[in-house]
Amino acid sequence: MSDHTMTGRPAAQRATRPLAIPPLHLAIFAGLLAFFAVAPFFLYPVFLMKVMCFVLFACAFNLLLGYGGLLSFGHAAFFGSASYVSAHAAKVWGLSPELCVLMGSGTAALLGLVIGSLAIRRQGIYFAMVTLAFAQMVYFISLQAPFTGGEDGIQAVPRNRLFGIINLSSDMALYGFVFVIVFAGLFLIYRVIHSPFGQVLKAIRENEARSVSLGYQVNRYKLAVFVISATLAGTAGATKALVFQLASLTDVHWAMSGEVVLMALLGGMHTVFGPIVGAAIIVTMQTISPASAPGLQCCRA
Amino acid sequence: MTGSDLILSAKGMTKQFAGFMAVNNVDLDVRRGSIHALIGPNGAGKTTCFNLLTKFLQPTSGTISFNGRDITTLGASEIARLGMVRSFQISAVFPKLTVIENVRVALQRRRGTNFDFWRAQTVLGEFDAEAMRRVEEVGLEDFAHHTAQELSYGRKRALEIATTLALEPEMLLLDEPMAGMAQADVERISALIKSISAGRTILMVEHNLSVVADLSDTITVLARGQVLAEGGYETVSKDPRVIEAYIGVGHG
Ligand SMILES: Nc1ncnc2c1ncn2[C@@H]1O[C@H](COP(=O)(O)OP(=O)(O)O)[C@@H](O)[C@H]1O
Ligand SMILES: [Mg+2]
Repeated sequence: MSDHTMTGRPAAQRATRPLAIPPLHLAIFAGLLAFFAVAPFFLYPVFLMKVMCFVLFACAFNLLLGYGGLLSFGHAAFFGSASYVSAHAAKVWGLSPELCVLMGSGTAALLGLVIGSLAIRRQGIYFAMVTLAFAQMVYFISLQAPFTGGEDGIQAVPRNRLFGIINLSSDMALYGFVFVIVFAGLFLIYRVIHSPFGQVLKAIRENEARSVSLGYQVNRYKLAVFVISATLAGTAGATKALVFQLASLTDVHWAMSGEVVLMALLGGMHTVFGPIVGAAIIVTMQTISPASAPGLQCCRA
Repeated sequence: MTGSDLILSAKGMTKQFAGFMAVNNVDLDVRRGSIHALIGPNGAGKTTCFNLLTKFLQPTSGTISFNGRDITTLGASEIARLGMVRSFQISAVFPKLTVIENVRVALQRRRGTNFDFWRAQTVLGEFDAEAMRRVEEVGLEDFAHHTAQELSYGRKRALEIATTLALEPEMLLLDEPMAGMAQADVERISALIKSISAGRTILMVEHNLSVVADLSDTITVLARGQVLAEGGYETVSKDPRVIEAYIGVGHG
Protein backbone atom coordinates (compact mmCIF):
# COMPACT_ATOMS: atom_id res chain seq x y z
CA MET A 1 0.00 0.00 0.00
CA SER A 2 1.41 3.36 -0.89
CA ASP A 3 1.74 6.10 1.66
CA HIS A 4 0.20 9.46 0.86
CA THR A 5 0.52 11.22 4.18
CA MET A 6 3.02 13.94 4.71
CA THR A 7 4.25 12.44 7.94
CA GLY A 8 5.98 9.52 6.30
CA ARG A 9 4.09 7.25 8.69
CA PRO A 10 3.20 3.74 7.62
CA ALA A 11 -0.20 3.38 6.05
CA ALA A 12 -1.64 1.78 9.17
CA GLN A 13 -1.17 5.02 11.06
CA ARG A 14 -2.44 7.29 8.35
CA ALA A 15 -4.77 10.01 9.54
CA THR A 16 -8.22 8.62 10.16
CA ARG A 17 -9.50 12.07 9.42
CA PRO A 18 -7.58 13.33 6.42
CA LEU A 19 -7.35 16.99 5.55
CA ALA A 20 -8.59 16.49 2.01
CA ILE A 21 -12.31 16.43 1.21
CA PRO A 22 -13.59 12.94 2.03
CA PRO A 23 -15.05 10.99 -0.92
CA LEU A 24 -18.37 10.69 0.91
CA HIS A 25 -18.75 14.46 1.04
CA LEU A 26 -17.89 14.76 -2.64
CA ALA A 27 -20.52 12.13 -3.39
CA ILE A 28 -23.15 13.96 -1.33
CA PHE A 29 -22.34 17.24 -3.05
CA ALA A 30 -22.54 15.56 -6.45
CA GLY A 31 -25.85 13.94 -5.49
CA LEU A 32 -27.31 17.27 -4.35
CA LEU A 33 -26.16 19.03 -7.49
CA ALA A 34 -27.62 16.29 -9.68
CA PHE A 35 -30.91 16.26 -7.77
CA PHE A 36 -31.45 19.99 -7.94
CA ALA A 37 -30.37 20.09 -11.59
CA VAL A 38 -32.99 17.54 -12.60
CA ALA A 39 -35.73 18.21 -10.05
CA PRO A 40 -37.35 21.30 -11.67
CA PHE A 41 -38.44 19.08 -14.56
CA PHE A 42 -40.54 17.03 -12.14
CA LEU A 43 -41.38 19.28 -9.19
CA TYR A 44 -42.60 22.87 -8.92
CA PRO A 45 -39.61 25.12 -9.54
CA VAL A 46 -40.90 27.74 -7.08
CA PHE A 47 -41.14 25.12 -4.36
CA LEU A 48 -37.62 23.92 -5.12
CA MET A 49 -36.28 27.46 -5.12
CA LYS A 50 -37.87 28.00 -1.73
CA VAL A 51 -36.22 24.83 -0.50
CA MET A 52 -32.86 25.99 -1.83
CA CYS A 53 -33.13 29.43 -0.24
CA PHE A 54 -33.92 27.90 3.13
CA VAL A 55 -31.20 25.32 2.72
CA LEU A 56 -28.72 28.15 2.34
CA PHE A 57 -30.26 30.03 5.26
CA ALA A 58 -30.12 26.96 7.52
CA CYS A 59 -26.53 26.15 6.56
CA ALA A 60 -25.42 29.75 7.08
CA PHE A 61 -27.07 29.75 10.48
CA ASN A 62 -25.56 26.41 11.37
CA LEU A 63 -22.08 27.61 10.46
CA LEU A 64 -22.44 29.86 13.50
CA LEU A 65 -24.18 27.35 15.76
CA GLY A 66 -22.52 24.09 14.87
CA TYR A 67 -19.02 25.36 14.19
CA GLY A 68 -18.81 28.65 16.04
CA GLY A 69 -20.73 27.25 19.01
CA LEU A 70 -22.89 30.39 19.01
CA LEU A 71 -26.68 30.14 19.16
CA SER A 72 -28.15 33.20 17.47
CA PHE A 73 -31.80 33.85 18.00
CA GLY A 74 -31.84 36.80 15.66
CA HIS A 75 -30.91 35.49 12.24
CA ALA A 76 -34.20 36.74 10.81
CA ALA A 77 -32.68 40.22 11.04
CA PHE A 78 -30.11 39.31 8.39
CA PHE A 79 -32.45 37.25 6.25
CA GLY A 80 -35.20 39.87 6.42
CA SER A 81 -33.18 43.04 6.02
CA ALA A 82 -31.46 41.56 2.97
CA SER A 83 -34.87 40.58 1.63
CA TYR A 84 -36.11 44.18 1.97
CA VAL A 85 -32.99 45.70 0.44
CA SER A 86 -33.05 43.26 -2.47
CA ALA A 87 -36.75 43.89 -3.11
CA HIS A 88 -36.28 47.65 -2.86
CA ALA A 89 -33.28 47.60 -5.19
CA ALA A 90 -35.20 45.59 -7.78
CA LYS A 91 -38.46 47.49 -7.58
CA VAL A 92 -37.50 51.10 -6.90
CA TRP A 93 -34.04 51.26 -8.38
CA GLY A 94 -34.65 48.69 -11.10
CA LEU A 95 -31.32 46.99 -10.44
CA SER A 96 -30.46 43.66 -12.02
CA PRO A 97 -30.94 40.58 -9.79
CA GLU A 98 -27.26 39.86 -9.15
CA LEU A 99 -26.84 43.41 -7.83
CA CYS A 100 -29.96 43.06 -5.69
CA VAL A 101 -28.56 39.92 -4.09
CA LEU A 102 -25.17 41.58 -3.62
CA MET A 103 -26.71 44.62 -1.98
CA GLY A 104 -28.88 42.46 0.26
CA SER A 105 -25.89 40.36 1.30
CA GLY A 106 -23.81 43.48 1.89
CA THR A 107 -26.50 44.96 4.12
CA ALA A 108 -26.65 41.74 6.13
CA ALA A 109 -22.86 41.76 6.41
CA LEU A 110 -22.82 45.29 7.84
CA LEU A 111 -25.67 44.50 10.18
CA GLY A 112 -23.84 41.33 11.19
CA LEU A 113 -20.73 43.34 11.97
CA VAL A 114 -22.68 45.71 14.22
CA ILE A 115 -24.85 43.12 16.00
CA GLY A 116 -22.03 40.59 16.12
CA SER A 117 -19.50 42.91 17.74
CA LEU A 118 -21.96 43.64 20.52
CA ALA A 119 -23.26 40.09 20.94
CA ILE A 120 -20.01 38.10 21.02
CA ARG A 121 -19.06 39.73 24.31
CA ARG A 122 -21.78 37.62 25.89
CA GLN A 123 -21.88 33.89 26.35
CA GLY A 124 -24.54 31.23 25.91
CA ILE A 125 -28.09 32.31 26.61
CA TYR A 126 -27.04 35.96 26.97
CA PHE A 127 -25.61 35.86 23.48
CA ALA A 128 -28.92 34.51 22.20
CA MET A 129 -30.82 37.24 24.07
CA VAL A 130 -28.68 40.03 22.63
CA THR A 131 -29.14 38.74 19.10
CA LEU A 132 -32.89 38.44 19.69
CA ALA A 133 -33.07 41.97 21.08
CA PHE A 134 -31.34 43.42 18.02
CA ALA A 135 -33.49 41.35 15.69
CA GLN A 136 -36.59 42.77 17.36
CA MET A 137 -35.18 46.24 16.79
CA VAL A 138 -34.77 45.44 13.11
CA TYR A 139 -38.34 44.12 13.10
CA PHE A 140 -39.75 47.34 14.52
CA ILE A 141 -37.69 49.44 12.15
CA SER A 142 -39.08 47.35 9.29
CA LEU A 143 -42.58 47.92 10.59
CA GLN A 144 -42.14 51.69 10.81
CA ALA A 145 -39.69 52.59 8.05
CA PRO A 146 -41.21 54.25 4.99
CA PHE A 147 -39.57 52.07 2.35
CA THR A 148 -40.60 48.65 3.71
CA GLY A 149 -44.30 49.03 3.05
CA GLY A 150 -45.35 48.31 6.62
CA GLU A 151 -47.85 45.45 6.92
CA ASP A 152 -48.02 45.02 3.16
CA GLY A 153 -44.32 44.58 2.63
CA ILE A 154 -42.80 45.20 -0.78
CA GLN A 155 -44.98 43.36 -3.27
CA ALA A 156 -44.74 42.61 -6.98
CA VAL A 157 -40.97 42.80 -6.98
CA PRO A 158 -39.75 42.55 -10.57
CA ARG A 159 -37.07 39.96 -11.31
CA ASN A 160 -35.48 42.13 -13.99
CA ARG A 161 -32.66 40.98 -16.24
CA LEU A 162 -29.59 39.12 -15.05
CA PHE A 163 -26.55 41.28 -15.85
CA GLY A 164 -29.08 43.47 -17.66
CA ILE A 165 -29.35 40.85 -20.39
CA ILE A 166 -31.03 37.57 -19.42
CA ASN A 167 -34.72 37.80 -18.61
CA LEU A 168 -35.50 35.95 -15.39
CA SER A 169 -39.27 36.28 -15.49
CA SER A 170 -39.70 32.60 -16.34
CA ASP A 171 -39.38 30.32 -13.33
CA MET A 172 -36.91 28.06 -15.09
CA ALA A 173 -34.55 30.92 -15.89
CA LEU A 174 -34.75 32.14 -12.31
CA TYR A 175 -34.16 28.58 -11.13
CA GLY A 176 -30.76 28.55 -12.77
CA PHE A 177 -29.85 31.80 -11.05
CA VAL A 178 -30.96 30.55 -7.61
CA PHE A 179 -29.23 27.21 -8.18
CA VAL A 180 -25.88 28.89 -8.85
CA ILE A 181 -26.16 31.26 -5.88
CA VAL A 182 -27.22 28.61 -3.40
CA PHE A 183 -24.60 26.09 -4.38
CA ALA A 184 -21.88 28.74 -4.42
CA GLY A 185 -23.01 29.66 -0.90
CA LEU A 186 -23.01 26.04 0.24
CA PHE A 187 -19.59 25.48 -1.19
CA LEU A 188 -18.29 28.56 0.60
CA ILE A 189 -19.75 27.34 3.90
CA TYR A 190 -18.16 23.94 3.39
CA ARG A 191 -14.88 25.66 2.68
CA VAL A 192 -15.07 27.83 5.78
CA ILE A 193 -15.66 24.76 7.93
CA HIS A 194 -12.74 22.95 6.34
CA SER A 195 -10.27 25.81 6.26
CA PRO A 196 -7.44 26.68 8.65
CA PHE A 197 -9.82 29.30 10.04
CA GLY A 198 -12.49 26.63 10.52
CA GLN A 199 -10.02 24.48 12.42
CA VAL A 200 -9.47 27.29 14.92
CA LEU A 201 -13.25 27.75 15.17
CA LYS A 202 -13.64 24.11 16.12
CA ALA A 203 -10.95 24.51 18.74
CA ILE A 204 -12.74 27.54 20.20
CA ARG A 205 -16.03 25.67 20.23
CA GLU A 206 -14.37 22.71 21.98
CA ASN A 207 -12.47 24.68 24.59
CA GLU A 208 -12.48 28.43 24.51
CA ALA A 209 -10.13 29.02 27.46
CA ARG A 210 -7.58 26.67 25.98
CA SER A 211 -7.76 28.44 22.65
CA VAL A 212 -7.06 31.73 24.42
CA SER A 213 -4.14 30.19 26.28
CA LEU A 214 -2.70 29.09 22.95
CA GLY A 215 -2.76 32.71 21.84
CA TYR A 216 -5.90 32.88 19.71
CA GLN A 217 -7.96 36.05 19.87
CA VAL A 218 -11.19 34.18 20.11
CA ASN A 219 -13.47 37.20 19.85
CA ARG A 220 -12.08 38.06 16.44
CA TYR A 221 -12.73 34.56 15.21
CA LYS A 222 -16.23 34.63 16.62
CA LEU A 223 -16.93 37.97 15.00
CA ALA A 224 -15.56 36.79 11.67
CA VAL A 225 -17.76 33.70 11.61
CA PHE A 226 -20.73 35.77 12.78
CA VAL A 227 -20.31 38.13 9.85
CA ILE A 228 -19.87 35.30 7.34
CA SER A 229 -22.98 33.61 8.69
CA ALA A 230 -24.99 36.83 8.62
CA THR A 231 -23.86 37.62 5.08
CA LEU A 232 -24.92 34.25 3.72
CA ALA A 233 -28.21 34.36 5.64
CA GLY A 234 -28.64 37.68 3.83
CA THR A 235 -27.84 36.08 0.49
CA ALA A 236 -30.61 33.57 1.15
CA GLY A 237 -33.07 36.30 2.11
CA ALA A 238 -32.20 38.52 -0.85
CA THR A 239 -32.64 35.61 -3.24
CA LYS A 240 -35.90 34.59 -1.63
CA ALA A 241 -37.30 38.10 -2.19
CA LEU A 242 -36.73 37.70 -5.93
CA VAL A 243 -38.21 34.20 -6.01
CA PHE A 244 -41.46 35.18 -4.27
CA GLN A 245 -41.32 38.72 -5.60
CA LEU A 246 -42.09 39.75 -2.06
CA ALA A 247 -40.34 41.07 1.02
CA SER A 248 -42.49 41.20 4.10
CA LEU A 249 -42.53 41.35 7.89
CA THR A 250 -42.53 37.56 8.16
CA ASP A 251 -38.95 37.65 6.84
CA VAL A 252 -37.79 39.66 9.87
CA HIS A 253 -40.19 38.17 12.40
CA TRP A 254 -38.75 36.30 15.38
CA ALA A 255 -40.59 33.17 14.23
CA MET A 256 -38.25 33.15 11.24
CA SER A 257 -35.28 33.09 13.64
CA GLY A 258 -36.91 30.22 15.50
CA GLU A 259 -37.59 28.33 12.32
CA VAL A 260 -33.98 28.35 11.23
CA VAL A 261 -32.93 27.09 14.68
CA LEU A 262 -35.38 24.25 14.20
CA MET A 263 -34.04 23.42 10.73
CA ALA A 264 -30.48 23.20 12.04
CA LEU A 265 -31.41 21.12 15.07
CA LEU A 266 -33.67 18.81 13.11
CA GLY A 267 -30.91 17.98 10.65
CA GLY A 268 -28.09 17.81 13.18
CA MET A 269 -26.05 20.84 14.10
CA HIS A 270 -22.66 19.21 14.17
CA THR A 271 -22.97 17.87 10.66
CA VAL A 272 -22.21 19.68 7.43
CA PHE A 273 -25.21 18.38 5.51
CA GLY A 274 -27.74 17.94 8.31
CA PRO A 275 -29.30 21.42 8.08
CA ILE A 276 -29.95 20.78 4.37
CA VAL A 277 -32.19 17.89 5.35
CA GLY A 278 -33.77 19.91 8.17
CA ALA A 279 -34.59 22.80 5.84
CA ALA A 280 -35.99 20.52 3.16
CA ILE A 281 -38.23 18.71 5.65
CA ILE A 282 -39.63 21.86 7.21
CA VAL A 283 -40.25 23.67 3.93
CA THR A 284 -41.94 20.57 2.55
CA MET A 285 -44.13 20.23 5.63
CA GLN A 286 -45.20 23.85 5.37
CA THR A 287 -45.98 23.51 1.72
CA ILE A 288 -47.97 20.30 1.96
CA SER A 289 -49.91 21.26 5.05
CA PRO A 290 -49.38 24.74 6.36
CA ALA A 291 -51.76 24.11 9.25
CA SER A 292 -49.59 21.29 10.53
CA ALA A 293 -46.92 23.78 11.54
CA PRO A 294 -48.86 26.36 13.50
CA GLY A 295 -45.95 28.21 15.08
CA LEU A 296 -44.28 28.60 11.74
CA GLN A 297 -46.50 31.00 9.86
CA CYS A 298 -43.72 32.69 8.03
CA CYS A 299 -42.49 32.07 4.55
CA ARG A 300 -45.56 30.41 3.14
CA ALA A 301 -45.52 30.93 -0.57
CA MET B 1 19.37 39.01 41.49
CA THR B 2 19.55 41.55 38.70
CA GLY B 3 16.53 42.51 36.65
CA SER B 4 17.43 40.59 33.52
CA ASP B 5 17.80 37.37 35.50
CA LEU B 6 14.11 37.54 36.12
CA ILE B 7 11.77 36.43 33.40
CA LEU B 8 8.60 36.98 35.40
CA SER B 9 8.05 39.30 38.30
CA ALA B 10 4.91 40.12 40.22
CA LYS B 11 4.77 42.91 42.78
CA GLY B 12 2.02 43.26 45.33
CA MET B 13 -0.26 41.03 43.28
CA THR B 14 -3.72 40.95 44.85
CA LYS B 15 -7.04 39.45 43.85
CA GLN B 16 -10.20 40.02 45.76
CA PHE B 17 -13.39 38.04 45.10
CA ALA B 18 -16.39 39.77 46.65
CA GLY B 19 -14.45 40.87 49.69
CA PHE B 20 -12.46 37.65 49.95
CA MET B 21 -8.70 37.93 49.39
CA ALA B 22 -7.83 34.93 47.23
CA VAL B 23 -4.37 36.35 46.55
CA ASN B 24 -3.04 38.91 48.97
CA ASN B 25 -0.07 41.11 48.18
CA VAL B 26 2.07 38.40 46.60
CA ASP B 27 5.56 39.18 45.36
CA LEU B 28 6.85 36.51 43.04
CA ASP B 29 10.11 36.50 41.12
CA VAL B 30 10.86 33.71 38.69
CA ARG B 31 14.45 33.34 37.52
CA ARG B 32 15.05 32.77 33.83
CA GLY B 33 15.77 29.13 33.03
CA SER B 34 14.65 27.81 36.40
CA ILE B 35 11.98 25.36 37.42
CA HIS B 36 9.97 27.14 40.05
CA ALA B 37 7.32 25.34 42.06
CA LEU B 38 4.31 26.94 43.66
CA ILE B 39 2.97 24.78 46.44
CA GLY B 40 0.49 25.14 49.24
CA PRO B 41 -2.67 23.64 50.66
CA ASN B 42 -5.88 23.56 48.66
CA GLY B 43 -7.49 26.95 48.35
CA ALA B 44 -4.18 28.72 48.96
CA GLY B 45 -4.62 30.73 45.77
CA LYS B 46 -2.20 28.94 43.44
CA THR B 47 -4.56 28.62 40.50
CA THR B 48 -5.71 32.19 41.04
CA CYS B 49 -2.05 33.28 40.86
CA PHE B 50 -1.76 31.46 37.52
CA ASN B 51 -4.91 33.17 36.31
CA LEU B 52 -3.49 36.54 37.30
CA LEU B 53 -0.06 35.97 35.83
CA THR B 54 -1.51 34.85 32.49
CA LYS B 55 -4.20 37.54 32.59
CA PHE B 56 -7.14 35.16 32.63
CA LEU B 57 -8.05 37.29 35.64
CA GLN B 58 -7.34 40.96 36.12
CA PRO B 59 -5.53 41.66 39.42
CA THR B 60 -7.29 43.94 41.88
CA SER B 61 -3.95 45.60 42.44
CA GLY B 62 -0.26 45.01 41.82
CA THR B 63 1.92 44.83 38.74
CA ILE B 64 3.24 41.97 36.65
CA SER B 65 6.15 42.11 34.28
CA PHE B 66 7.37 39.51 31.82
CA ASN B 67 10.80 39.85 30.22
CA GLY B 68 11.04 43.35 31.65
CA ARG B 69 7.81 44.41 30.04
CA ASP B 70 4.80 45.49 32.08
CA ILE B 71 2.03 43.08 31.13
CA THR B 72 -0.46 44.10 33.81
CA THR B 73 -2.97 45.45 31.30
CA LEU B 74 -2.50 42.97 28.45
CA GLY B 75 -5.03 40.35 27.40
CA ALA B 76 -4.68 36.61 27.90
CA SER B 77 -4.12 35.68 24.27
CA GLU B 78 -1.51 38.42 24.00
CA ILE B 79 0.41 36.91 26.93
CA ALA B 80 0.47 33.59 25.08
CA ARG B 81 1.82 35.26 21.97
CA LEU B 82 4.57 36.88 24.03
CA GLY B 83 5.78 33.37 24.90
CA MET B 84 4.19 32.55 28.25
CA VAL B 85 1.78 29.65 27.88
CA ARG B 86 -0.21 28.01 30.63
CA SER B 87 -1.91 24.70 31.13
CA PHE B 88 -5.01 24.21 33.27
CA GLN B 89 -5.69 22.34 36.46
CA ILE B 90 -8.53 20.52 34.78
CA SER B 91 -7.08 18.96 31.68
CA ALA B 92 -7.64 21.24 28.75
CA VAL B 93 -7.79 19.44 25.45
CA PHE B 94 -10.05 19.78 22.45
CA PRO B 95 -12.15 16.66 23.10
CA LYS B 96 -13.56 15.99 19.65
CA LEU B 97 -10.33 16.68 17.80
CA THR B 98 -7.81 13.89 17.37
CA VAL B 99 -4.51 13.94 19.22
CA ILE B 100 -2.70 15.11 16.10
CA GLU B 101 -5.32 17.77 15.45
CA ASN B 102 -5.00 19.03 19.02
CA VAL B 103 -1.30 19.64 18.58
CA ARG B 104 -1.81 21.07 15.12
CA VAL B 105 -4.09 23.78 16.50
CA ALA B 106 -1.09 25.04 18.46
CA LEU B 107 1.32 24.74 15.54
CA GLN B 108 -1.12 26.50 13.29
CA ARG B 109 -0.70 29.67 15.29
CA ARG B 110 2.56 30.21 13.47
CA ARG B 111 0.56 31.17 10.44
CA GLY B 112 -0.14 34.36 12.36
CA THR B 113 -3.50 35.88 13.01
CA ASN B 114 -4.84 34.39 9.87
CA PHE B 115 -8.49 34.44 8.95
CA ASP B 116 -8.17 32.68 5.61
CA PHE B 117 -11.54 31.00 5.61
CA TRP B 118 -11.45 30.57 1.84
CA ARG B 119 -8.37 28.34 1.85
CA ALA B 120 -8.58 24.54 2.01
CA GLN B 121 -7.34 23.05 5.24
CA THR B 122 -4.92 20.87 3.30
CA VAL B 123 -2.39 23.68 3.82
CA LEU B 124 -2.23 22.47 7.43
CA GLY B 125 -0.59 19.28 6.19
CA GLU B 126 2.72 21.10 6.51
CA PHE B 127 2.39 20.77 10.29
CA ASP B 128 1.66 17.04 10.38
CA ALA B 129 5.24 15.85 10.67
CA GLU B 130 6.03 18.21 13.49
CA ALA B 131 2.76 17.48 15.27
CA MET B 132 3.65 13.79 15.12
CA ARG B 133 7.07 14.52 16.63
CA ARG B 134 5.45 16.34 19.52
CA VAL B 135 3.02 13.48 20.01
CA GLU B 136 5.89 10.98 20.06
CA GLU B 137 7.75 13.13 22.55
CA VAL B 138 5.05 12.51 25.14
CA GLY B 139 4.59 8.87 24.15
CA LEU B 140 1.19 9.20 22.54
CA GLU B 141 2.10 8.01 19.05
CA ASP B 142 -0.18 4.99 19.28
CA PHE B 143 -3.11 7.27 19.94
CA ALA B 144 -2.32 9.91 17.34
CA HIS B 145 -5.60 9.44 15.51
CA HIS B 146 -7.83 8.90 18.49
CA THR B 147 -9.99 11.75 19.61
CA ALA B 148 -8.80 13.39 22.80
CA GLN B 149 -11.95 12.43 24.66
CA GLU B 150 -11.05 8.75 24.27
CA LEU B 151 -7.79 9.17 26.18
CA SER B 152 -7.23 8.29 29.81
CA TYR B 153 -6.72 11.16 32.22
CA GLY B 154 -2.95 10.79 32.30
CA ARG B 155 -2.76 10.76 28.53
CA LYS B 156 -4.92 13.85 28.30
CA ARG B 157 -2.40 15.63 30.50
CA ALA B 158 0.40 14.40 28.29
CA LEU B 159 -1.43 15.67 25.23
CA GLU B 160 -1.87 19.01 26.92
CA ILE B 161 1.85 19.25 27.50
CA ALA B 162 2.56 18.26 23.90
CA THR B 163 0.19 20.97 22.71
CA THR B 164 1.78 23.56 24.97
CA LEU B 165 5.27 22.57 23.86
CA ALA B 166 4.29 22.86 20.23
CA LEU B 167 4.17 26.61 20.73
CA GLU B 168 7.80 26.49 21.88
CA PRO B 169 7.04 28.92 24.65
CA GLU B 170 9.81 30.65 26.51
CA MET B 171 7.91 30.10 29.71
CA LEU B 172 5.41 27.42 30.73
CA LEU B 173 2.97 27.56 33.60
CA LEU B 174 1.79 24.08 34.50
CA ASP B 175 -1.10 23.77 36.94
CA GLU B 176 -0.88 20.37 38.65
CA PRO B 177 0.40 18.57 35.54
CA MET B 178 0.59 15.25 37.35
CA ALA B 179 -2.53 15.26 39.49
CA GLY B 180 -4.45 12.04 39.12
CA MET B 181 -1.72 10.29 37.15
CA ALA B 182 -0.54 6.74 37.64
CA GLN B 183 3.01 6.40 38.96
CA ALA B 184 4.41 5.33 35.59
CA ASP B 185 2.93 8.41 33.96
CA VAL B 186 4.24 10.63 36.75
CA GLU B 187 7.74 9.41 36.05
CA ARG B 188 7.42 9.91 32.33
CA ILE B 189 5.95 13.41 32.59
CA SER B 190 8.47 14.31 35.26
CA ALA B 191 11.30 13.29 32.95
CA LEU B 192 9.63 15.18 30.14
CA ILE B 193 9.40 18.36 32.18
CA LYS B 194 13.06 18.04 33.05
CA SER B 195 14.04 17.57 29.44
CA ILE B 196 11.98 20.49 28.16
CA SER B 197 13.25 22.78 30.87
CA ALA B 198 16.50 23.26 28.99
CA GLY B 199 16.39 26.81 27.65
CA ARG B 200 12.97 27.40 29.18
CA THR B 201 11.46 28.61 32.39
CA ILE B 202 8.79 26.58 34.10
CA LEU B 203 6.47 27.64 36.86
CA MET B 204 4.43 24.74 38.16
CA VAL B 205 1.87 23.97 40.80
CA GLU B 206 2.33 20.44 42.05
CA HIS B 207 1.21 18.47 45.07
CA ASN B 208 3.51 15.53 44.58
CA LEU B 209 6.31 16.65 46.89
CA SER B 210 8.86 14.13 45.69
CA VAL B 211 8.39 15.48 42.17
CA VAL B 212 8.73 19.00 43.50
CA ALA B 213 11.86 18.10 45.44
CA ASP B 214 13.35 16.40 42.42
CA LEU B 215 12.57 19.02 39.78
CA SER B 216 12.48 22.46 41.26
CA ASP B 217 15.21 24.99 41.78
CA THR B 218 13.01 27.28 43.83
CA ILE B 219 9.85 26.67 45.80
CA THR B 220 7.33 29.27 46.85
CA VAL B 221 4.86 28.21 49.50
CA LEU B 222 1.51 29.90 49.44
CA ALA B 223 -1.09 29.77 52.19
CA ARG B 224 -4.32 31.77 52.45
CA GLY B 225 -3.32 33.89 49.52
CA GLN B 226 0.03 34.91 50.97
CA VAL B 227 3.62 33.84 50.50
CA LEU B 228 4.62 31.80 53.50
CA ALA B 229 8.14 30.79 52.58
CA GLU B 230 10.46 30.64 49.62
CA GLY B 231 13.72 28.89 48.82
CA GLY B 232 15.15 25.48 47.96
CA TYR B 233 13.45 22.27 49.01
CA GLU B 234 15.74 21.82 52.04
CA THR B 235 14.98 25.26 53.41
CA VAL B 236 11.29 25.23 52.74
CA SER B 237 10.57 21.74 53.98
CA LYS B 238 12.14 22.52 57.34
CA ASP B 239 10.30 25.79 57.80
CA PRO B 240 8.01 25.39 60.81
CA ARG B 241 5.34 27.68 59.33
CA VAL B 242 5.21 25.51 56.22
CA ILE B 243 4.89 22.34 58.28
CA GLU B 244 2.16 23.94 60.31
CA ALA B 245 0.26 25.17 57.25
CA TYR B 246 0.34 21.72 55.72
CA ILE B 247 -0.64 19.90 58.87
CA GLY B 248 -3.11 22.56 59.91
CA VAL B 249 -5.04 22.69 56.67
CA GLY B 250 -4.26 19.25 55.40
CA HIS B 251 -2.81 18.02 52.15
CA GLY B 252 -4.82 18.33 49.00
N1 LIG C 1 -13.74 32.98 40.37
C1 LIG C 1 -13.75 32.90 41.72
N2 LIG C 1 -14.72 33.52 42.44
C2 LIG C 1 -14.73 33.46 43.79
N3 LIG C 1 -13.81 32.80 44.52
C3 LIG C 1 -12.83 32.16 43.86
C4 LIG C 1 -12.76 32.17 42.43
N4 LIG C 1 -11.67 31.45 42.05
C5 LIG C 1 -11.11 31.00 43.18
N5 LIG C 1 -11.80 31.43 44.27
C6 LIG C 1 -11.46 31.16 45.67
O1 LIG C 1 -10.14 31.58 45.88
C7 LIG C 1 -9.46 30.67 46.72
C8 LIG C 1 -8.19 30.19 46.06
O2 LIG C 1 -8.54 29.30 45.02
P1 LIG C 1 -7.47 28.65 44.07
O3 LIG C 1 -6.60 29.70 43.52
O4 LIG C 1 -8.19 27.80 43.08
O5 LIG C 1 -6.66 27.74 45.07
P2 LIG C 1 -5.61 26.59 44.80
O6 LIG C 1 -5.35 26.49 43.34
O7 LIG C 1 -4.39 26.99 45.57
O8 LIG C 1 -6.20 25.34 45.35
C9 LIG C 1 -10.43 29.56 47.06
O9 LIG C 1 -10.99 29.81 48.33
C10 LIG C 1 -11.47 29.68 45.97
O10 LIG C 1 -12.71 29.26 46.47
MG1 LIG D 1 -5.61 24.98 42.02
